Amino acid sequence: MIEAINLTKYYGDFPAIENVSFSAEKGEVVGFLGPNGSGKTTTMRILTGYMPPTAGTATVAGYDVVTNSLDARRHIGYLPETVPLYLDMTVRSYLEFQGSLRGMASKKMQGGIDKVIELCRLEDYYTTDIAKLSKGFRQRVGIAQALLHDPDVLILDEPTLGIDPRQVVETRQIIKGLGGGHTVILSSHILAEVSMVCDRVLIIHEGHIVAMDRPEDLARRLEGVSRVVVEVRGPLREVEATLRQIKGVERVSRVGPEDRVRFQVECASTRDLRPVIAQTVTGKGWGLIEMQAGGLSLEDIFLRLTEETEAAKGGRKP
Amino acid sequence: MNLRAIGIIAGKEVRSYFGSPMAYIVMAVFLAFSGFFFASSMSQPFPEATVRGFLFPGALALLLLAPVLTMRLLAEEQKMGTLELLLTAPVRDSEIVLGKFLASFIMVAVTLALTLYFPFLLFLFGGDPDLVPILTGYLVLLLVGAMAVSVGIFGSALTSNQIVAAVLSTGLLMVLWLANLTSNLAGGSEIAWKTAVDYLAISGHMQDLAFGILNTTDLVYFVTVIAFFLFVTIRVLETRRWR
Repeated sequence: MIEAINLTKYYGDFPAIENVSFSAEKGEVVGFLGPNGSGKTTTMRILTGYMPPTAGTATVAGYDVVTNSLDARRHIGYLPETVPLYLDMTVRSYLEFQGSLRGMASKKMQGGIDKVIELCRLEDYYTTDIAKLSKGFRQRVGIAQALLHDPDVLILDEPTLGIDPRQVVETRQIIKGLGGGHTVILSSHILAEVSMVCDRVLIIHEGHIVAMDRPEDLARRLEGVSRVVVEVRGPLREVEATLRQIKGVERVSRVGPEDRVRFQVECASTRDLRPVIAQTVTGKGWGLIEMQAGGLSLEDIFLRLTEETEAAKGGRKP
Repeated sequence: MNLRAIGIIAGKEVRSYFGSPMAYIVMAVFLAFSGFFFASSMSQPFPEATVRGFLFPGALALLLLAPVLTMRLLAEEQKMGTLELLLTAPVRDSEIVLGKFLASFIMVAVTLALTLYFPFLLFLFGGDPDLVPILTGYLVLLLVGAMAVSVGIFGSALTSNQIVAAVLSTGLLMVLWLANLTSNLAGGSEIAWKTAVDYLAISGHMQDLAFGILNTTDLVYFVTVIAFFLFVTIRVLETRRWR
């Protein structure tokens, strides 16, 4: 449904994205994960035909987004990062305008509007001025607009940015419900969100795809117990030395309050170190008070993945 | 070119005009202004049964008021981020620009239509006025209005700030209005310069039409300027894609 090959976009001399290739099957929900400025929005803007790539090609529903832009756009529903609303319109007139722009006949449009109003739970705000809606509801109107013409492809740029937690949950449910019928591409900088909603995750960092996997596999690859915080009742120096000697341990650093024997143990592999640590500590006759697998933060993931890619390129450090 | 898309965009803008006080204010100011000049031309010692008295002040008023009508059209879309959605909808840039142009031109036409009671009064009291100068008089006002609106949309495409858009386009229109004044600055030998700036000036192309003479030169002038600014506006929208 979506096929991007070596997309590259330069803003002046600055490469926003370089050689980004990916594809999405019909009905798949693909998440773009990356920090701000990593090239997520640029990639989406290319797919939607807002701007052409400097190099590379992309097709949506079989239409090239540059040479056959209008046909490609007919198959896309798009929610830009800033929700594009006309504040002087009511929800209804806004949706009617967007529907007619996309060439919907009035009968089909009424059905479509009823459907998205229900799906996005906007029934009570049908005739409300958009200016009077809260941010969360404006976001829903934005999603409703993208869904209105029942497009094959939905492109949602940060659909849960800046709305309150309950609405975030609701929005995620709406998006999750869309998979199957629509091919969805959404961007986010929240790892949990992407793994919850998406079938496949693309991690973008500084304009490059650094990983592309199913969330479970990615989690296994990244979040495996590579960092364990362990608190022991025992002699400080000796504990530290013992922990260092465990096979696979790369780094041991003291964390937490001064009066406690608490260490953070890191290992390079994704092997679960917890059984070994527990065994060693109890084997020495010390008390194992607490052990906790520390997940990686998004920053850690990027660091790790970019290091991986750099290493793959021949050990060159950034 | 998809006429339906143009119509949809124009329709949305026209509705939006009538939903805000701006359009009514612009109409009221224009009516008061042109009414004053029409009335004063009628109260001369030997008034003529023409609408010529308000043509030039009316044109000037259009040049000043049209940018107020158009300043929102693209600047607001850029500021609110709605332009991104509009440019990714299955419509061409040219259809967006033409739709917006059509909408503001309709507003100009409606405003001018509200002055049609001037010629009506002439027929009622003035005794047998000439129809042709009245028709060409309104034609020239429509052309000046369309031109002002096309320059206004151009200004609105350049910035996301409505005030900047209005000031830019008013400035451009004033230059076009008064271009022939600079012909006096040139020395007598520079005939080419004088011809050029005289041709550029709006007022020079109103004279014949005001007296009922339909001149191709004048028509070509207005149509060219309108087409030029619409074309440049479309180009400006396109540069956003290539930046």
